[in-house]
Amino acid sequence: MITKGTRRRAWPRRAALIATAAAAAIFAAARMLPSRAVAAGDTITLGAAVSLTGKYSTNGKNTLDGYQLAVKRINELGGVKVGERTYRLAIKYYDDESTSARGAQLVERLITQDGIKYILGPYSSGLTKAIAPVTEKYQLPMVEGNGADRSLFTHGFRYLFAVLNTSDHYLRSAVTLLADHAKDLGRKPSDVKIAIAIENDDFSQDVRDGIVEDAKRLGMQVVIDDKLPPEVNDMSSTLTKVKALRPDMLAVSGHAKGATLAVRQVAEQQIQVPMLALTHCDSAQIAEKFPRDAEYAVCGSQWDEGLAYSDKWFGSAHDYAERFKKEFGYEAPYQAAESTASVLVFVDAFTRAKSLDPKKVRDAIAATDMMTFFGPIKFDETGKNVAKSMVLYQVQGGQYKVVAPERWARSKLIFPMPPWSERGAPASASHATPGPTGSGTASGTGSGR
Amino acid sequence: MDNLRILIQAPVLNLQLIVDGVLVGSVFALAAFGMALVWGVTNIINVAQGELVMLGGYVAIYTAAAGVHPLFALPLAFAALYLLGWLLYRLVVFRVVGRDLFISVLATFGLSILLQQLANQFFGADIRTARPELGTLFLAGGRVSVPEIKLIALAAALVLGAALTAFLKVSRLGQAIRASAQNPRAARVLGIDTDHVYAATFALNAAICGATGALVAMTWVIHPYLGLPFTVRSFMIVVVAGLGNVLGIPIVAAGLGTVEQYAGFVLGAEFQTGILFSLLVAILVARNQLLRRQRRHLE
Amino acid sequence: MTSGVARRGAELGVLALGVAAPWLAPAWVTQLAFLWLMVLFALTWDVVGGQMGYNSFGNVLFFGLGAYATSLLQRGSHLGYYASLFLGMGLSAVIAVAAAALLGPLILDMRGHYFAIATLGLGVAAAELFAAWEWVGGGSGILPALPPGTVPERNRFFYYVLFGLALATFLTLRWAYRTRFGLVINAIRDDEAKAEAMGLHTTRYKVAAWMLSALFLGLAGGPVAGLAGFVDPRDLAFAGSTFGVWMVLMAILGGKGTLWGPVVGAVIFHAVQEAFWTFLLGWQRVALGALIVAIVVFFPEGIMGWLRARNPGWFGEVVEEPRRGGAQP
Repeated sequence: MITKGTRRRAWPRRAALIATAAAAAIFAAARMLPSRAVAAGDTITLGAAVSLTGKYSTNGKNTLDGYQLAVKRINELGGVKVGERTYRLAIKYYDDESTSARGAQLVERLITQDGIKYILGPYSSGLTKAIAPVTEKYQLPMVEGNGADRSLFTHGFRYLFAVLNTSDHYLRSAVTLLADHAKDLGRKPSDVKIAIAIENDDFSQDVRDGIVEDAKRLGMQVVIDDKLPPEVNDMSSTLTKVKALRPDMLAVSGHAKGATLAVRQVAEQQIQVPMLALTHCDSAQIAEKFPRDAEYAVCGSQWDEGLAYSDKWFGSAHDYAERFKKEFGYEAPYQAAESTASVLVFVDAFTRAKSLDPKKVRDAIAATDMMTFFGPIKFDETGKNVAKSMVLYQVQGGQYKVVAPERWARSKLIFPMPPWSERGAPASASHATPGPTGSGTASGTGSGR
Repeated sequence: MDNLRILIQAPVLNLQLIVDGVLVGSVFALAAFGMALVWGVTNIINVAQGELVMLGGYVAIYTAAAGVHPLFALPLAFAALYLLGWLLYRLVVFRVVGRDLFISVLATFGLSILLQQLANQFFGADIRTARPELGTLFLAGGRVSVPEIKLIALAAALVLGAALTAFLKVSRLGQAIRASAQNPRAARVLGIDTDHVYAATFALNAAICGATGALVAMTWVIHPYLGLPFTVRSFMIVVVAGLGNVLGIPIVAAGLGTVEQYAGFVLGAEFQTGILFSLLVAILVARNQLLRRQRRHLE
Repeated sequence: MTSGVARRGAELGVLALGVAAPWLAPAWVTQLAFLWLMVLFALTWDVVGGQMGYNSFGNVLFFGLGAYATSLLQRGSHLGYYASLFLGMGLSAVIAVAAAALLGPLILDMRGHYFAIATLGLGVAAAELFAAWEWVGGGSGILPALPPGTVPERNRFFYYVLFGLALATFLTLRWAYRTRFGLVINAIRDDEAKAEAMGLHTTRYKVAAWMLSALFLGLAGGPVAGLAGFVDPRDLAFAGSTFGVWMVLMAILGGKGTLWGPVVGAVIFHAVQEAFWTFLLGWQRVALGALIVAIVVFFPEGIMGWLRARNPGWFGEVVEEPRRGGAQP
């Protein structure tokens, strides 16, 4: 046994050779890997980073399914017409593991090693933020449907286009609705108090900023402004504050976990708040999982299958939802719809540009002005979609009913939430759904949108 | 500090914060018991502790999905994870017993990644939850709310602590465990199969984590990535209480839970975790400095 | 071939490959830049961990401080990119070393696993506090300035910066281990009480070792922020459960307490990780977990240690066969 005391610090020459050999092997392997060309023959390949593992894997799958449904449908309809030729569409993707570092790395790989020239966005603002500098650096267009952070559009990126509304819009309409209803009750806006609790990440930060800005604009006070660390499971300290300060609205944004916790803990502690506004209600399936407790919750969403949009590829929003359900066996969440719409933007742009040159395609995308099942799409000079508006729905009778924007709303907001003592048995048992139902909400217990 | 003023103006809120702190802390105390047990007996810091909790949670989820009331998942998860713990010991852990503590940290870290990722593959990353359909108690004229499920968690922590202490004192296996912890060699000389003892200890720890997981599923949510924060918290509790101080664990857990609630209330939820860990470092440094005066150090 | 010539040859070979890499494998420049970062991580960890016996789980603190310092200075500065990067890195080095100097006497006063826990706590606390701090971007982090030039130029630039830093780290450590410093920190590892009894000011040496690690970690933070394109407090800057743990694993894999061990460990770990990611898509993290268990369980002394045990001759050591039976016949 060689003891520590007698170990001579002699030079491990063989070990150094091993290191060299290993390094050389890596370089040799790298050189031998071919880089494939894109638009080889008759296929246009779009590249994407998707979260197949990690905390975003569910929504990552939604995103991928959205992309793949689009590709399948386009190919079914004959492909993409570019000038004289017609091309099939295909997607090449890698798993970004829900981490920004990986996402950026693999988009570089798609571009430099796989020769991809057109990128579809990842899931989440954080990942989009990490990838946008990469596509910008290589000057290749990226159309994304799942990165809604406002700050993405303040850097002057010319190659980034987003089909969805920026995340600050998620709950702005909730604030406006609150102001309207407060006026009805004869209260001054400055008396209205808002409480915000978000998960401390990009997306939720933006949602919060939108609320704060509109609150300020309308003269309302923000009395609670909490940012929960991502691994925290319990909102108790925030809810105790809510009990103390009695705000008129509690807004919670924390992806599916935030929505679940909010609904559960607000009910558990019987917190009385006139409006509970959330994001990701459909991902969390609050109406299905908490039928009594989720009632009256208000949710922001990018899209609803009951809206009257339609296009030549998928028909109406409802048709899209049916097709999606048939293909993948679950209800289409808005994340999938936005992803499909991203592909449609590319298809439309290729056809108008009559070319596959990335710069020309980029210019064609910038000039987009189209209607899709997802909504109208038109980009401003920063790449944001300024034609579509965000949707707000409320859980009524166990179903998600659109209550804003007024133009598309089929139901009215129930405000304020009735006190807990008056809330009886689960909604689905107690009342048959009164009034007109949205054409999309066919299933009784709400859809997992 | 507006929030601080609120606390002074409405003292009943302090009660709520303390109650919440104790209740939340009790769940972590459970995991801490298990960690202290394994650490004290086998000198292994089980970084996969949180993943064991997570798996226990999934047992509860699937039990609930099968129609059984989630509270029955507690013993089920206990049993299921006992078996898993035994298996993990026989496959991997026995190889790192008796080695450097640091090695065990890394080995169990590898295990934790493995379990976490396997869970992600097989269960998906969706958050899941089980609904025990329990109510809420209201104290102090309805101003302090105590969800019944959290009360059950507190009861479980106390019962488990007592049961564990009794088990270790009275039963044969318990005594064998204590003997192996005091002096493995002597224990072997006296005929105790320390390998079996270690396996039982690790399995017991896993079982405790399993039951904890079932409680977590009913109180909060379960997803494949909840492991690491759980591990770190239970670890923190054991370290602050001091290894070997079983009674200290629920007290420290309650204390840290309360600190967290106050930090969240007064400063904002975003400071909860940061303050907690800064406190951990400060406590360790302070304890060490006190010992340094006697020319000793934290052991 | 004498040991000296073989050694020189191997070293020059690695150096040549390092310099030529961006031209030999242009598509892999970013991955290779990260490879040098891993080498730097493993080497800096080993100073305090392998050579000195203080297993730190929080070295990532200095890296994160460096990443933020450089990015913030660049954000606020009106100078050109390279000038502000240079200044930023200088600031990062100062801040990181200062942090080590301030925290060192308190933290390094703890032994064994308490030291490890305390450093872990520091890393997590830093991640959380920076994520809560609005001025540095809170949970969203910072998007740092990007260097001018074409894509390949930028990647090459960061590659050479990180290669240069890794090289500087290696050379500095090689020199340091040959001085009294190296002997003292090994003595601390072997038996700290005796070292103190011999009259060595162990605290000063311990803090100095940590400051040395902090220096290079801090310097590396800025370039990596530029290369990655963003500074996220939990995922990049103070990435405890990835970078923070990998540094330890790589050093152990290669063989802690040796100079080349961490280098070898870093190369192999990084290469294997990339291979998993390419070929085992979807299962790469499962494989990583299994790999970590395998490394720790079967190669606790690392590859270098394993090689040394099997072939001590390669390492210039001579092992005498113990005489059997005692007295001569």
